[in-house]
Amino acid sequence: MRLDLGLIADMVPIGARVLDLGCGDGDLLSALIRERGCQGQGVEVSSDAFHACVSKGIPVIAADIDDGLTDFTDDSFDVVVLSQTLQATRRPARVLHEMMRVADTAIVSFINYGHIGLRTRLAVRGRMPVSPLAPEQWFATPNIHPCSILDFEQLVRSEGLVCAERHVLGADGGPGGRWAQRRPNAFAAAAAYVVHRSDRVRTGPR
Amino acid sequence: MANTDIEHGSIGEVVTQRATLFDRDAPLLLEGGATLAPVEVAFETYGELNAQRDNAVFICHGLTGDAHAAGHHGNPARPGWWDNFIGPGKPVDTNEFFVVCANILGGCMGTTGPSSIDPATHKAYGLRFPLVTVSDVVRVHRALIAHLGITKLRAAIGGSLGGMQVLQWAMDHPEDLAAAVIVCATSRLSAQNIAFSAVAREAIMRDPNFHGGDYVDADTRPDAGLAIARMMAHITYLSEEGMRSKFGRRLQNGTTPRFGFDVDFQVESYLHHQGEAFLRRFDANSYLYLTRAMDYFDPFGNTEEAAARLADLDLPFLVMSFDSDWRFDTSHSREIVRVLSAHRVPVSFREISSPHGHDSFLLVIPEYHATVANFLRRTERAPHRSSHAS
Repeated sequence: MRLDLGLIADMVPIGARVLDLGCGDGDLLSALIRERGCQGQGVEVSSDAFHACVSKGIPVIAADIDDGLTDFTDDSFDVVVLSQTLQATRRPARVLHEMMRVADTAIVSFINYGHIGLRTRLAVRGRMPVSPLAPEQWFATPNIHPCSILDFEQLVRSEGLVCAERHVLGADGGPGGRWAQRRPNAFAAAAAYVVHRSDRVRTGPR
Repeated sequence: MANTDIEHGSIGEVVTQRATLFDRDAPLLLEGGATLAPVEVAFETYGELNAQRDNAVFICHGLTGDAHAAGHHGNPARPGWWDNFIGPGKPVDTNEFFVVCANILGGCMGTTGPSSIDPATHKAYGLRFPLVTVSDVVRVHRALIAHLGITKLRAAIGGSLGGMQVLQWAMDHPEDLAAAVIVCATSRLSAQNIAFSAVAREAIMRDPNFHGGDYVDADTRPDAGLAIARMMAHITYLSEEGMRSKFGRRLQNGTTPRFGFDVDFQVESYLHHQGEAFLRRFDANSYLYLTRAMDYFDPFGNTEEAAARLADLDLPFLVMSFDSDWRFDTSHSREIVRVLSAHRVPVSFREISSPHGHDSFLLVIPEYHATVANFLRRTERAPHRSSHAS
């Protein structure tokens, strides 16, 4: 499993009902079901990944999250996860809004385009940034809405949401180093957040 | 990971079996309050029931299907209606599963229905047959598996009205099923769906040979009405694209229109053939009863009762639709998914691309078959909810 998925798994409450958007082969959900007693539901647009989930016995709905989460009613999950996909959606604000409709806790991770290496590549070399987490050239990258940590936090605030936790990640997907902790926007390769609605009444997993 | 390479084997020759279920002391109590006894059921089985009796899969057929789902009755060129789906190495793999398919209550292919003889009058029931619901159909399925010594199914699987039976079964008796597969079905017919049913029934009932349903006594049959009903229904089973590519505006004979009212276009000839062929195997009263059972089907309708039942539901569902199906389009399947998911039922869903409309569920579509095969393979050990979850 990707290192950042391990970190995300640790952020999910035991026994939670979890919706994983862009669940891929179901690795995160498998781990959550097996190790944290969660009830998992995946959403995946790729046909191969859909088959992989079905073959593992993981409930999965074939859908494009950019089409909205219309298959899910309000508050039907405890936690909704979006891992390194927000920047690849057509309408990130709407996706975030939909996530907070179906669950009152969202775990969102994304590549931090505020990282100094990416800034330097654009500022000094005048080339669009690539990084180990986002190696594709500008014309091939799925990341059509790159954002920095500051950008994301501003979106969360403007949507009337609250960042309850922030975990900064290194380029390997593991916890970020000292500089990343101190100056995340400049030195974290990626970040994972726990986001709540601001009017949220803490009830824990049902 | 994708298993799109389904090997094709045949079950070979099979025979339809019969069971007599219920008796006067313990009759079938219908949802509407009426009772029936005895109830004859025609069914077929494929594969072997294992010693633990836990490898059974139940196939629920659609509106005009029958117990003969797979294998053949002597002529390999004329296999059962879902032969491409059931057999060794097929999605419902008879090397692993014991498969049961039964003609449904109210039908006319060996199971008690309006064309059966009423033991009280020694005449065909006709319209004196009690109205049956999808729940009633499921009651008879349950009696049959009990008769076969099966207490829990690995899965119930059905397309269209068959899928509706699976949904009803899961809601009425979730303890019977380890998994549910629902293909191109609905949780409730739309006004448009009911409208088509209504016109079909009108065609039958307004046929001068209908005789209030007692056409057998009158030694006649409402053939014109039943054929029209079938022709119209058949249009809804195909798609615009499918019809365009299959028939276009091609003429039956040559390229010059005959400018008359006889069958001229190929599509007319095809529908005529479908209507006529249907007369040889279907009973008009059964058509009335079964379409009516579909109209009234609405297991999510009473939201409080549905919520209570769904709260107990903890079996994995596979729901599928086809993008060109307009009889029960994808929104019908998505509604099932939405309601199940809202009640925390583990559900997998996929819309399959196919130009063949509602009938797609009867065809070999690799993505569709692979999905069912992969899902069924995991029916026992599905880790959708671990034992220590709340």
